Amino acid sequence: MRPAFSVIFLTTLCGAAQGLLLTLVALEATARLAAGVAVPSAFYVVGAALAVVLGALGLLASFFHLGHPERAWRAIAMWRTSWLSRECIALPAFLSLTTAYGLAHWLGWGDTLAIGLIAGAASIVLFVCTAMIYACLRFLQEWASPLTLVNFALLGCASGCTLATAYAAWLAPALVVILAPCACVLTLAGCASRLAALMRNARLKPKSTVQSATGIRHGKVEQKSRGFTASAFNTREFFHGQNAGTLRAIKAGFMTAAFAAPFVLTGVGALAPRASAAALVLGAAFVIQYVGLIAERWFFFADAAHPQNIYYQRAS
Amino acid sequence: MTQMALVIDLNVCVGCHACVTSCKEWNTSGEAGSLADVHPYEDDPSGTFFNRVQTYEAGVFPMTDTIHFPKSCLHCEDPPCVPVCPTGASYKRKSDGIVLVDYDKCIGCKYCAWACPYGARELDEGRKEMTKCTLCADRIDNEALPERDRKPACVLACPTSARLFGDIHDPQSEVSRAISERGGYQLMPEWDTKPSNHYLPRVTTASSCGCGSDSACGSAASGAQSASLEAKLERGEIALAGLAVRR
Repeated sequence: MRPAFSVIFLTTLCGAAQGLLLTLVALEATARLAAGVAVPSAFYVVGAALAVVLGALGLLASFFHLGHPERAWRAIAMWRTSWLSRECIALPAFLSLTTAYGLAHWLGWGDTLAIGLIAGAASIVLFVCTAMIYACLRFLQEWASPLTLVNFALLGCASGCTLATAYAAWLAPALVVILAPCACVLTLAGCASRLAALMRNARLKPKSTVQSATGIRHGKVEQKSRGFTASAFNTREFFHGQNAGTLRAIKAGFMTAAFAAPFVLTGVGALAPRASAAALVLGAAFVIQYVGLIAERWFFFADAAHPQNIYYQRAS
Repeated sequence: MTQMALVIDLNVCVGCHACVTSCKEWNTSGEAGSLADVHPYEDDPSGTFFNRVQTYEAGVFPMTDTIHFPKSCLHCEDPPCVPVCPTGASYKRKSDGIVLVDYDKCIGCKYCAWACPYGARELDEGRKEMTKCTLCADRIDNEALPERDRKPACVLACPTSARLFGDIHDPQSEVSRAISERGGYQLMPEWDTKPSNHYLPRVTTASSCGCGSDSACGSAASGAQSASLEAKLERGEIALAGLAVRR
């Protein structure tokens, strides 16, 4: 598949926003249960604001994917059958609830944790909707796996928690010692599940062949002409057009930037949470991880071999 | 329930692309709006087509078969492109089973094209809407047309009648009989989309006349009569093709 940057930004930005919100809610729940964890309410307000900004940017990016953005409101219609439609409902719901969560902390409304738990549930629902858009396409074998859902959720949570650690270094350095280990564990878990997906996909055997695609019963069938020499939607949308070397470089790049580098930087930052350099190192950890996740999502698209490509192998 | 479909005979398709051009001509002129033709006379032309004729080669030279293979939307009975549409623009028409797009509802998200294993849908570059074969929905029920013309444009254009059109749920229809008698098959059965369009496989036929084989070739092999060229000329029975092969 050709990676769609609008969708790459949508899923990575919203993933970080969802992970950040879940981190905030988990932190608040921990603070309620365990004595000795003092969280300033400004930490929640700033976190919720960051989550809303990231999520809104993701929503904005999604509009660039559409041929007719002015008709986007119609996308909520088919929530009974379409995961994309469900995502179009879940995303604004997540943004509204996260806004409510931030406002509740800012204005001191009643039970903030209850609002947070509802927003957290919306965040999880949104992870499911987003991942299922890809995982439900059974013939895109690279995507049709529970690992797609696990990866979307873990990578979103990892980047959200890394972001929470980074701005905790500015706002509430005492929290860094709690958040940094969580970010490291989530990054490690994301790395493990992404590696599992890479290994699974490397072993996949395509179910469709040129024989099944054409029904020609012969051991050796080869396309001689796809029927046209020019380009077309089918030759642009479903081919990433990069060579194997570029793919390998991007894979190595995201394994380093999304997992190894932020793991090390977050660990280093946590050693001296009150140093001003720690804030910079932790901030860099988030930025590098986010760039790595853009590469990761790019690879996620490029890695998927669409069976329609069997029909578009040669111009003549 | 009616399910209109095409049945394509791979024995007689000669790969002339008449179905491709007639499809484009009819569907770019229709009420739904034109189909893009970007840079048609330059180095990198691009445009929307609902139908393509591809060419495949089976076997190893010199024992090869060249197969011309027309491909358009297969109007699946369980179309994976329809449930994924977030707006309901993609639908399967109940009255005749044709998979259609309500262009005014399409937001151009391309998700349906991703969800089609056959690559049957194309996003029109000009209109930014998803387009696809409609089985000429504006022809087949069009009472302004003479009855014999109420068929898809590609079917009418085919010079070898390689394209049959009809209801595959009616066991008595021409298409159903062709499928059952001639081993009609579906594409990519592994995904269980139940395509309505079927293909009739190549069948190796014994040559009947003028083919260079020694067996019966019209009256020339009747034995009792002289098989010399002159004798056949007398009787007005020159089989030119057979002659060419023998020479």
